[in-house]
Amino acid sequence: MAESSRAVDAADVAKVGTPGPVITDLEETASASARPADHEVSLESLNQWQLAWRRFRKHRLAVIGAFAFLFMVTMAIVGPILWPYSATHIPGVTTPGGDPPTLSPIHNLFGTDFGGRSVLQFVVVGSRISIAVGVFTAIIATTIGVTVGAVAGYFGGWIDGLLMRFVDLILAIPFLFVVLVAARFFGGGDVVSLILIFGLLSWAGLARLVRAMFLSLREAEFVQAARAVGVGDVRIAFRHILPNALGPVVVSATLIMASAIVLEAFVSFLNFGIRATDVSWGNALSNSKGYLLQGNWWWPFFPGMALAITVIAVNFMGDGLRDALDPRSKE
Amino acid sequence: MTASPSGEPVASHDGNGLGEPLVVIENLFKYYPIYGGILRRKVGDVKAVDDVSLEVRRGEVFGLVGESGCGKSTLGRTLIRLQPPTGGRASIAGEDIFAKKGKDLKRLRRRMQIIFQDPVGSLNPRMPVSDIIGEGLLAQADRENRWGDRKLRDKRVGDYLEAVGLRREYSRRYPHEFSGGQRQRIGIARALALEPQFIVCDEPVSALDVSIQSQVLNLLSDLKREFDLTYLFIAHNLSVVQYLSDRVGVMYLGRMMETAPVDELYANPRHPYTVALLSAVPEPDPRRRKKRIVLRGDVPSPANPPSGCRFHTRCWLREQLGNPENCVTETPEFREITPGHRVHCHWAEKISGGIVAQAAASQDVLKTSEPLVS
Repeated sequence: MAESSRAVDAADVAKVGTPGPVITDLEETASASARPADHEVSLESLNQWQLAWRRFRKHRLAVIGAFAFLFMVTMAIVGPILWPYSATHIPGVTTPGGDPPTLSPIHNLFGTDFGGRSVLQFVVVGSRISIAVGVFTAIIATTIGVTVGAVAGYFGGWIDGLLMRFVDLILAIPFLFVVLVAARFFGGGDVVSLILIFGLLSWAGLARLVRAMFLSLREAEFVQAARAVGVGDVRIAFRHILPNALGPVVVSATLIMASAIVLEAFVSFLNFGIRATDVSWGNALSNSKGYLLQGNWWWPFFPGMALAITVIAVNFMGDGLRDALDPRSKE
Repeated sequence: MTASPSGEPVASHDGNGLGEPLVVIENLFKYYPIYGGILRRKVGDVKAVDDVSLEVRRGEVFGLVGESGCGKSTLGRTLIRLQPPTGGRASIAGEDIFAKKGKDLKRLRRRMQIIFQDPVGSLNPRMPVSDIIGEGLLAQADRENRWGDRKLRDKRVGDYLEAVGLRREYSRRYPHEFSGGQRQRIGIARALALEPQFIVCDEPVSALDVSIQSQVLNLLSDLKREFDLTYLFIAHNLSVVQYLSDRVGVMYLGRMMETAPVDELYANPRHPYTVALLSAVPEPDPRRRKKRIVLRGDVPSPANPPSGCRFHTRCWLREQLGNPENCVTETPEFREITPGHRVHCHWAEKISGGIVAQAAASQDVLKTSEPLVS
């Protein structure tokens, strides 16, 4: 009986992928006496990343989001190489204001603009700048935000006070105004400067979040225990506190990524962003604005959809990552 | 170092051959500042531990009891340098605990460890057991012990898992895969792995299921013998303390009220607070009616403790004696009334079976509860 139930346990676990069965207190009591050795099948435990992957896989929307995002990233990397874009190459059109979408040639799949340039190409080539802005802004903002928040929350005292006042300052700056002015004055439509501006201005909320997590986790008993055995500050911060603050950080990072993509489009739409000779989804939208009333819906529609899909995909992915990275979540 | 200002005689009270003092605490203070006002100026202190002196002898279990918030946990955590003390001195095996810094402090941590109350909160949910237990070894690794070597470390982790009654293979699992009792065993293994001499057990069984408590207590008791340990055992359960301790200290509002060998304290309590606490221990036999002394009111704020004797605002003995003045005006000494038995009360000698009965009887009039089971 015991033998067979163990076999079932093992099979179940292997199949469903939940970590080993929890041994109940009752079993503990049953084997009583001084030092009961627990009777339980030993399973090769999976490491943290394998477990996280298993949990992530169960989150259907997150998997779809991840695939969509991966697709966009791949497109952003290889698209402009396979289909080089030239701002000056204007093929010409058969319909005034641009040709509507047709299945062939591929050039016309998403229709064309007034000069006969492919909207599909805008979507493919424009993904590079839009996604780069999102990804690198998120990387910069997360790095600064986590560092500032961690230092402030871990050390507290005057360091905390100083850093948080600085955060208040950043938050008090009218974001859009600075972005518009800075984007115009520094770089003049250069992607790198746009990323830097976005990154340097969007870490403050994350810093506050990380600080709060550090403040509460600093007092957690497992941190006290680590201190009691002589673990140093740096390791406590990186191995104990940060991993436990990871969920909200990941979600926050994906939100920053999504909002940076939207912001790029918005700023470019206002002609303060990427220079007109480059393509981004924002630029593509911007170019369409004078022609909308003529019924050329495909011109803004496809770049807009690409943008929306990316943003939604990133948000779903962040949600799934948060759950997957939490070892306590069962599903 | 052997003669503390309180001058507690060493092992004079019992014949069980307990050794010299291992941990000596002298006049320990731990205040938490209170800030207030717009300028965030310091407006007062929470006196969590207020002038406590005690000795824990090599090989003994010193039980520390008291209500929630009396400062017993703070005492334990300050003692092992999880929090900086406000004042006072402490030593372990002659080494000054509070003076150590940096490398010396880290090395000192090998000698003294802690077991926490909460088996969930005390284990990092994102670390496998091997890292939880092995982390201290890694932190304390040097050329001599070679704990930096992963293989050696893992072997040691396995050994200690077995020492606490778990299987070596569990080392690859995460805390959430274990039950409460098992988690507490992991916490114990973590403390043991550094081969400490002294362990602060901070209510190690209070959060556990009653059926598991005795197992963990027995485990602690076995490990003490096996590894030559000395415990400062903090609890609020008097039966648990009685079961495990050699000597017991009773704390109230940051002060030590009474210390005595365990049998002496339970048979012959000399502080009115201890008497009241003991009278509250549940009696398993329903036919025996106990004389309970119920303390009225709440524990006063440790930010603004009563003058004189901390306990005078709730003291039944003082009431019985007609409210003598010196309880309010004079802080009682922590005096030794019989060898090894110290008490923080002006009127300790007045305590007798008669006066206790009298106090309980006068309360019975007010009480309507406690129906007699026949």
